[in-house]
Amino acid sequence: MWREAVLPPLPTGAPERKMSPRVQMSADTSSTGKANGGLAVTDAAALVSMPEIAAAGRDRRKVLRRLQLSDSGFRLLTLCSAAAVLVILGGVILSLVLGSLPAIREFGFSFLANQSWNPVTDKFGALAAVYGTLVTSVLAMIIAIPVGIGIAIFLTELCPPSLRRPIGIAIELLAGIPSIIYGIWGLFVLAPFVQQYVEPALIAIFGPIPVLSTLFAGPPYGIGIFTASFILAIMVLPFITAISRDVFETVPPVLKEAAFGIGCTTWEVVRKVVIPYARLGVIGGIMLGLGRALGETMAVTFVIGNAHKISGSLLAPGTTISATIANEFTEAVGDVYTSALIELGLILFVITFIVLAASRLMLMRVQRRDGA
Amino acid sequence: MKTILRAALVAAVATGVSASVRAADISGAGATFPYPIYAKWADAYKKETGNGLNYQSIGSGGGIKQIKAKTVTFGASDMPLEPKDLKAANLIQFPTVIGGDVPVANLDGIKPGELVLDGAALAKIYLGEIKTWDDPAIKKLNPNAKLPSQAIVVVHRSDGSGTTFIWTDYLSKVSLEWKSKVGANTSVEWPVGIGAKGNEGVANNVANTKGAIGYVEYAYVKQNKMTYTNVINKDGKPVSPDAASFQAAAANGDWAKAEGFYVILTDQPGAQSWPIAGATFILFPTQPQDPAAAKEALKFFEWAYTKGGKMAEELDYVPMPPDVVSLIKKEWSSDIKDASGKPLM
Amino acid sequence: MASIYRTRRRNNTIVMGLCMAASAFGLAFLVLILAALLWHGLWGFTPAVFTEMTPPPGASGGLLNAIMGSLIMTVLGLAIGAPLGMLAGTYMAEYGRYSRLTTVVRFINDILLSAPSIIIGLFIYEVLVVRMGHFSGLAGALALAVIVVPVVVRTTEDMLLLVPGPLREAAAALGLPRSYVITRIAYRAARAGLITGVLLAVARISGETAPLLFTALNNQFWSTDLNAPMASLPAVIFQFALSPYKDWQQLAWTGALIITFAVLALSILARVLARQRVPQ
Repeated sequence: MWREAVLPPLPTGAPERKMSPRVQMSADTSSTGKANGGLAVTDAAALVSMPEIAAAGRDRRKVLRRLQLSDSGFRLLTLCSAAAVLVILGGVILSLVLGSLPAIREFGFSFLANQSWNPVTDKFGALAAVYGTLVTSVLAMIIAIPVGIGIAIFLTELCPPSLRRPIGIAIELLAGIPSIIYGIWGLFVLAPFVQQYVEPALIAIFGPIPVLSTLFAGPPYGIGIFTASFILAIMVLPFITAISRDVFETVPPVLKEAAFGIGCTTWEVVRKVVIPYARLGVIGGIMLGLGRALGETMAVTFVIGNAHKISGSLLAPGTTISATIANEFTEAVGDVYTSALIELGLILFVITFIVLAASRLMLMRVQRRDGA
Repeated sequence: MKTILRAALVAAVATGVSASVRAADISGAGATFPYPIYAKWADAYKKETGNGLNYQSIGSGGGIKQIKAKTVTFGASDMPLEPKDLKAANLIQFPTVIGGDVPVANLDGIKPGELVLDGAALAKIYLGEIKTWDDPAIKKLNPNAKLPSQAIVVVHRSDGSGTTFIWTDYLSKVSLEWKSKVGANTSVEWPVGIGAKGNEGVANNVANTKGAIGYVEYAYVKQNKMTYTNVINKDGKPVSPDAASFQAAAANGDWAKAEGFYVILTDQPGAQSWPIAGATFILFPTQPQDPAAAKEALKFFEWAYTKGGKMAEELDYVPMPPDVVSLIKKEWSSDIKDASGKPLM
Repeated sequence: MASIYRTRRRNNTIVMGLCMAASAFGLAFLVLILAALLWHGLWGFTPAVFTEMTPPPGASGGLLNAIMGSLIMTVLGLAIGAPLGMLAGTYMAEYGRYSRLTTVVRFINDILLSAPSIIIGLFIYEVLVVRMGHFSGLAGALALAVIVVPVVVRTTEDMLLLVPGPLREAAAALGLPRSYVITRIAYRAARAGLITGVLLAVARISGETAPLLFTALNNQFWSTDLNAPMASLPAVIFQFALSPYKDWQQLAWTGALIITFAVLALSILARVLARQRVPQ
């Protein structure tokens, strides 16, 4: 116990100080800190009750000063750790900017508008990679949001209570699978399947329809933007589901029962009561998933097809920023090539920053409207 | 919580302590193409002498970058550096083994070695000008084969690689249009096709896509019994990829005259030469930062040249001819020096 | 009138059916992935995997150096990143709960959390590998530590914010110094949640490949030397899966099986601990 180690022993016969009932109550009813809280309270109470003992008082002052120093030391330590987090991020951004300088000097803003990526002539443009990143992420969210919320609805409304925990854990396990496993599985298991069954079906279905036929055109490669988005959707799904389910569970049952009471069907209750109430959390979960989708490297690298070209078809190969960096960084020879890749990384950072800032702003505005 | 943290710290310190004593550790990085044989040599060398050599195949460009940054003892590249680049970076280069790229295709009813293509046709396919298998250019080369009117799905590498360098160098030599439009490098801007990661990625894609064509290393084709095509070489003869045709290509290389052994073995003359062959090179600093490790590395390569030939052939590589090896050793003793100017070997 | 009820009921049935289909969809993929891993990986799951080193092509071997390297770098990354993250989270939840600095750090932290791990690998490459002159296990461990920090900061702050205020007030009112209030009271109260955070961080870094590619490289042989390239399971899987050799591919699948089930076990453990804290 810290008391013996730190404080000088008090003279015997010290009267026990009577604690005020409120302090006693809060100390007793505190949850896990019960045993320690109780002991600490008693010892601290005993300490405060002996002002007459001068010698003990001097020792006590010494000890208290030491405690004060260690207290401010601890505060300084935590403050420095918080600052260190800032420093780390600052360092990352700084190294990205410094590394991109040669490419920025060489290409300027045309880097963002140029589609060609030519290592032979050292002419690089980020457009194809940025397009691929945005399209795969948006497509992944389009697939994952309805499915994720659907699973959350299932878990909170339809599922028998005994199955709720296992199925919930099972869905969350999807988030735990390392991304390289998704990549390998995608390349060896999903891509052949998609190529043989799914893509020909899509091409056949949408072929006759004028606008959509360009969207689903092209030879069935198996790998490409569509497969990559699909795998991203599976990776992002558990985040949306877990957070949505947690938030759905916080909806007061009174509200739901009131809606049921006037004859609403389950779907109407969900649509009119649960989702509006849980709006904030769901949006937060979606933003988290979007952040993950934007930065995902390994899974996408294996199945995106790696073509530095913007194509109208979703079944065509493309590339994303992280996939480009992962594929080409170790190979890149020459300052311009390497720094063009680092500039791609900087652009990805900026995109993530913008998405996060926008989500924060949106959440703040929704919160203000709710009066939270 | 605290005990867990304490235990973790102790473990970390323990491993750190064990880090202090280190024998001259040779590390190399670079080309993926010779990785299997380097790994096999390293394993056998360690069994024989106890010295470990850690080679990581991060790609030719990576090898060049790392040896220039001096983060490894030697670099490996399938694409040789030009003599002026070598001088500028204070490196020498020398070849270790020879191999090559082989076109593979996936067509119903076509068996390995049945199809014949030539450089011009390959270039046009990869430029996107020949779009179907029953194109007259292909039909002319294969009068007896039953070619379907299927779309050609072009597969290339997504990651930079010496395999790509050899392939694009060959296409640049046989097609002016390719040379002007695309060029040769470990990574290029492909006009058409999909990119797959690594030889495995290309092979997988070709195997799963009807009508696909791709290029993979010879060792890979042999290991996986893929459907390769024969190619018409510079002398106008169709050749199959095998050890004999690679050796024929290597024999024609003019190693003695080339500065920095800068010889690219694509499109070599000779009735039996395989046209898409290439050697893989080691990049070595002329003044190594760690002379002890550098000397160990040179001893390793000497061992590999004398005793490693059979292992190379087992993995379907072609070892360097002995006269080239003596040229290489001469260059070691004349060009690699330590800090005081004394030659290392 | 009755048709409205029919429409509403029909819509309800359709949507609930879709929700069930969605759940089946999600579960199906989990089953598919795990089944593929088991199917491909179990064949190679022999004791040799845990006792022999990664082999050259054409020879048989195991994954011992990769497993050891992964363990060393994970533990070291955790040892560096977790205390840093926990202290930063403590500041944000305790001392600086309403300060400007905390808002900024929270935002910055979320950015770091979503940062692609490959960027962090590039950062450590520029800062450490090039300076040191060689790849090293230490650089790999540091890259992992930078990934651990945001996760731990987030969970620490969230868990500490959940500790009831009266608990702290009681301790402070009776003379405990602030640091003791935090370390002896708040930490103990939030202990389960903090451990959950650490376990989630471990699960996250165990499967990371991209940051290790440019920092720790990989190693064919046994090495516990932090000053030299170190093998790691994800890097070995990455290399072997894309090779043409059957024995290497088998080892890749087996390694994937090992990583996945280790990470899943950690995740389940983290969930179990988190649930235990709730009933209070």
